[in-house]
Amino acid sequence: MSIAKPLPHDAAKLHVTGAARYLDDIALPANTLHLAFGLASIAAGRVTSMALDAARAAPGVVAVMTAADLPTDCDCSPSAHDEPLLSDGTVHYLGQPLFLVAAETHLQARRAVRLAQVQYDKAEPILTIEEALAANARFEDGPIVWERGAAEAAIASAARQISGQIEMGAQEHFYLEGQSALALPQEGGDMVVHASTQHPTEIQHKVAHALGIPMHGVRVETRRMGGGFGGKESQGNALAIACAVVASTTRRPAKMRYDRDDDFLITGKRHDFRIDYHVGFDPAGRIAGITFRHYTRCGWAQDLSLPVADRAMLHADNAYYLPAVRIESHRLRTNTQSATAFRGFGGPQGMLGIERVMDHIAYDLGYDPLQVRRANYYGATGRGGLSAPRLPEASPSEGISEPEKRQTTPFGQPVEDFILHEMTDRLAETAAYEQRRAAVAAWNAANPVLKRGLALTPVKFGISFTLTHLNQAGALVHVYQDGSVHMNHGGTEMGQGLFQKVAQVAASRFGVPLEAVKITATDTAKVPNTSATAASSGSDLNGMAVREACDTIRARMADHLALLYQSTPDAVTFGDGQVIIGDETLSFARAAQLCYEGRVSLSSTGFYKTPKVEWDRIKGQGRPFFYFAYGAACSEVVIDTMTGEYRILRADILHDCGASLNPALDLGQIEGGYVQGAGWLTTEELVWDEAGHLRTHAPSTYKIPACADRPDIFNVALWDGENREETIYRSKAVGEPPFMHGISVLMALSDAVAASGDGYPSLDAPATPERVLKAIRSLRNEL
Amino acid sequence: MDITFLLNGESVELRGVSPTVTLLDWLRETRGLTGTKEGCNEGDCGACTVMVTDESGARPLNACILFLPQLHGKAIRTVEGIAGPDGSLHPVQQAMIEHHGSQCGFCTPGFIVSMACAHLNGDTNHDDALAGNLCRCTGYAPIIRAAEAAEKAPVPFWMNDVPPAAEGATAPTDAASPDVHAPETSDALAELYARHPNATLIAGATDVGLWVTKQMRDLPEVIFLNRCRDLQSVEVSDTTIRIGAGVTMDSVLTLMREHHPSFAEMVRRYGSAQVRAAATIGGNIANGSPIGDNPPALVALGATLHLRFRETHREMPLEDFYIDYGKQDRHPGEFVEAVSFPRQPNRLRVYKLSKRFDQDISAVCGAFNIIVDDGVVSSARVAFGGMAGIPKRAIHVEQALIGQRWTDEALIAAWEAWHKDFTPMSDMRASADYRLTTARNMLSRYLLEDLGADVSVLEVTP
Ligand SMILES: Cc1cc2nc3c(=O)[nH]c(=O)nc-3n(C[C@H](O)[C@H](O)[C@H](O)COP(=O)(O)OP(=O)(O)OC[C@H]3O[C@@H](n4cnc5c(N)ncnc54)[C@H](O)[C@@H]3O)c2cc1C
Ligand code: FES
Ligand code: FES
Repeated sequence: MSIAKPLPHDAAKLHVTGAARYLDDIALPANTLHLAFGLASIAAGRVTSMALDAARAAPGVVAVMTAADLPTDCDCSPSAHDEPLLSDGTVHYLGQPLFLVAAETHLQARRAVRLAQVQYDKAEPILTIEEALAANARFEDGPIVWERGAAEAAIASAARQISGQIEMGAQEHFYLEGQSALALPQEGGDMVVHASTQHPTEIQHKVAHALGIPMHGVRVETRRMGGGFGGKESQGNALAIACAVVASTTRRPAKMRYDRDDDFLITGKRHDFRIDYHVGFDPAGRIAGITFRHYTRCGWAQDLSLPVADRAMLHADNAYYLPAVRIESHRLRTNTQSATAFRGFGGPQGMLGIERVMDHIAYDLGYDPLQVRRANYYGATGRGGLSAPRLPEASPSEGISEPEKRQTTPFGQPVEDFILHEMTDRLAETAAYEQRRAAVAAWNAANPVLKRGLALTPVKFGISFTLTHLNQAGALVHVYQDGSVHMNHGGTEMGQGLFQKVAQVAASRFGVPLEAVKITATDTAKVPNTSATAASSGSDLNGMAVREACDTIRARMADHLALLYQSTPDAVTFGDGQVIIGDETLSFARAAQLCYEGRVSLSSTGFYKTPKVEWDRIKGQGRPFFYFAYGAACSEVVIDTMTGEYRILRADILHDCGASLNPALDLGQIEGGYVQGAGWLTTEELVWDEAGHLRTHAPSTYKIPACADRPDIFNVALWDGENREETIYRSKAVGEPPFMHGISVLMALSDAVAASGDGYPSLDAPATPERVLKAIRSLRNEL
Repeated sequence: MDITFLLNGESVELRGVSPTVTLLDWLRETRGLTGTKEGCNEGDCGACTVMVTDESGARPLNACILFLPQLHGKAIRTVEGIAGPDGSLHPVQQAMIEHHGSQCGFCTPGFIVSMACAHLNGDTNHDDALAGNLCRCTGYAPIIRAAEAAEKAPVPFWMNDVPPAAEGATAPTDAASPDVHAPETSDALAELYARHPNATLIAGATDVGLWVTKQMRDLPEVIFLNRCRDLQSVEVSDTTIRIGAGVTMDSVLTLMREHHPSFAEMVRRYGSAQVRAAATIGGNIANGSPIGDNPPALVALGATLHLRFRETHREMPLEDFYIDYGKQDRHPGEFVEAVSFPRQPNRLRVYKLSKRFDQDISAVCGAFNIIVDDGVVSSARVAFGGMAGIPKRAIHVEQALIGQRWTDEALIAAWEAWHKDFTPMSDMRASADYRLTTARNMLSRYLLEDLGADVSVLEVTP
């Protein structure tokens, strides 16, 4: 069995030798054209004239196109058909593509773009949440509201009330490999597209639409991405469409890759949010009622903003039972890049809202925040099923009278396997939370300038696409007559190790060594109608689909071999590279050969759809998630009260991957997710100026965590359990949930700031050194 | 221009290369070696890291902002040359596989080269060696585990490159491209630059590289400085330390560790290993950037700038060189030859403040050199980057401090002077208010440090 083994990434050797091929490494046909977009330099208004002659005359330029030269509007939107490839004359944001240049080389195209002279009729851009609210610039008619019970009444009658607000900034994906695509024209007007994308089917669909041909005329292939994180779910559409259109008009291959600065300026980022809260609670800190107002800047186009904002609402509870709750969500339209999917897909923002509330309540009552968190946890389930190896007696601060009533989310889904009581206890113990809480206090008392902070925060993250029909996947598996296996599915590889995990599934089903399974590029001609590799669903969906395909072939083989050796199919077993039929033992290769000679089909598709999920997003009721993944993180930081500088000293994480398909890859997702989440809330600051110009448009100005920013001590452990739902080998999805462990860093910073003065810090994110200092100074009344 | 170098052990001769073709583009597009990646094209991500060996040793460099002529006479190793000729993996490669150090793998070639280079040099300070390599996937922990695991493994024989220069290669010939020069001495440079005052001088190209890759500027006439050996020396006499303009920041780091550790600590955070191996102190002074980190520190040390036009040598206090934003006291055809400062008891503290500790341009860089006799400030030199359009001395603060008792009284006495010295601006790095507040606080930090308080989060252990 190759399942549950800590095997390295399938391409690890290719990575370390530089032999792994990314889109930009593909050897090009000699006559390939290279494209670049000319970008709007204002945030709102109209183009009054574009002088493109100089660009046309520039060395190497073959074509310059504006919207008028396109065959259709070449819409790029994954949702609302509101993103023309090139501006129709209206400028929606600074960085919007206005025209495109095709030249003999990448550099020539980039140079030519700069020669254009564009005149505008400027309008006043809507940039901030306040401006958007004032202008009532929004998607959907008004805010979406989900509620349970009478929240305001519950708040009013509670023993204590507080209100506050938290701002959280956007985040640039900063996939190390920038967006790129390559289109190769075929006979009869067909198109082959290579794209660095999480969603080949979407690219196929959009390219077909742009060219006005059926989807069968377009084949999209993706071997790997150099990082995606949600940024390649829809944001690669424009490049692929541009390449296809140029390839189709010039009959030459066309390639486009964004320079890093263009990538920052053109593509969408994580949604920034402001969350206002009003909460009433009892003297134990237990919430009686709460209201949230989510305000998010969606940018100029709809893209995936509605489901992102929905998911923020769906995680407004995180791990806590909210008896009476009202969540109001405003999806605001602004003249900025169209915010898009990013690991967690709104979940982190929603979750940060309630974590802030927990922190604030604890401050108000003078309690340790962990105590307040525990007091508000969903009820321990007892019948928590397989995920909960330990019984729920370990919930000290609880004393639940009506356990079943504290197990339903605001959207009506029961929390059936709430294991966070046990996980929190375990983590508090291994991280020595109580002792360190005391040590931090003592240290702070002795240090006038530097202050430490500590926080332990939980994660409960819902797994499934909230758009129910996306929860499906297909696979295609061939067994060749020499016993080697060719495996293909709709998922894409962006570093998460999906291909390896799914190959482990295939190898296990056939009982062959992993080397017998060939991992192949995602290809819309092999598996059609796939969903984006997103929502952490990659292994859940594709692992199951591949399993089904393998099992179909295996059953056919067993039938035939049973016949051949006068046995019964259920007496045929596959393992250790062998097939055993009663007394007979064959190598898998021999078995395949015999089946081939016996005219057995050794190829099969596989299909999977997630059971149980159903969801009414307008009402905000149903079961959007197949299950929840859990985790908890404890971070300790130290801050400098004179400059606001800080460091993460230690992080301890306990995370639930169910029965891990590959503990090494899962560990990698957790470590990486934590650091990326910490980056979002600390140094990763996106700054737009008053004109709507994104001033942080490259790694020189936008600071993702560097090597030394990881915690000095970094302990990560996997929770030993199984998914109570029937997922692939009872594993749990791991792509997104660990990202939210980064929230513990912001809370630890807030704790350290609280130790520097009097009052609640209300630290906004990203908590750059400047914001930390500002929070300190406001507690000290220095502002 | 014609050049020769060694590439993964193979000799390469190029004729008529354009001076501003980057090594990265040449490797990927001309040579077909696509292992070296482009992540940013501006020196900030390390995906393009290559190892370059010359007679002073092997160093990692960012190929995206390295022009081909800078490589003449050197040996280059790309990721394709890190595994052995028979394909056997380098210990760092093996360790990266075993410790799951790659996820998407796009940053990996750059990491492998940086790690192999540090491994070759016996450098086990992995955080510093890898500060210039960004990874978005792994959170770095497995990469560090891999680097540690490979520490003890012997250096594979193929890693020891002998640069062709050591075997007597010739200077680049420039007959075919008269607008490109690579003089061998500062005398030759002086003559050339006087005759071609409009030429762009290129030292480490950590600024000029970006003019080409980001601003798409044409450089019709260029003079490469990297072959002027005599600009690359450091002279330490009993009274003075003189640093040639061509001395790279990694050498400045070594030098300052001995004389002014706080200066060295600033340089440790200056760019990354790749940037420090390329950037020169002369370039950092000459570019006039208000956020360059060397000028404030040097000004606080009382540095003198040495300029040269043909045979005319000019000297001035470094602070006088900076006239206004974008304007320096440098005549056409005149270049920076060296910077020097008096040897002195070490009272220098340099505080580099940025959003991220490593490889980040300073929001504020404060340098303080305050001498206290019998509890009273007897002399003060204070200078800042990031607080004005130029690197600027805090004259009023200095004057307010002198004669004060070295206690809170001094801070109070200087309080108002800060406004006289500085009206900083707000930008994406920091607000004006934050700049002014932290500048003031840096003085308190200096005092507290003198009193023995812990003031740096970098020194706190978990
Ligand atoms: C990723 C990255 C990180 C960086 N981090 C930092 C940092 O932390 N702190 C910091 O201060 N800077 C930083 N820089 C900026 C840069 O490293 C410096 O400005 C550098 O010192 C310039 O030196 P150079 O040798 O590379 O100069 P070049 O780019 O070659 O030249 C810079 C300018 O100086 C001129 N010049 C060079 N030498 C001479 C001379 N001898 N006489 C007259 N003119 C000359 C050139 O013509 C040009 O105008 C960073 C840059 C990068 C790319
Ligand atoms: S490509 Fe990022 S440093 Fe060179
Ligand atoms: S492995 Fe993806 S950026 Fe490092």
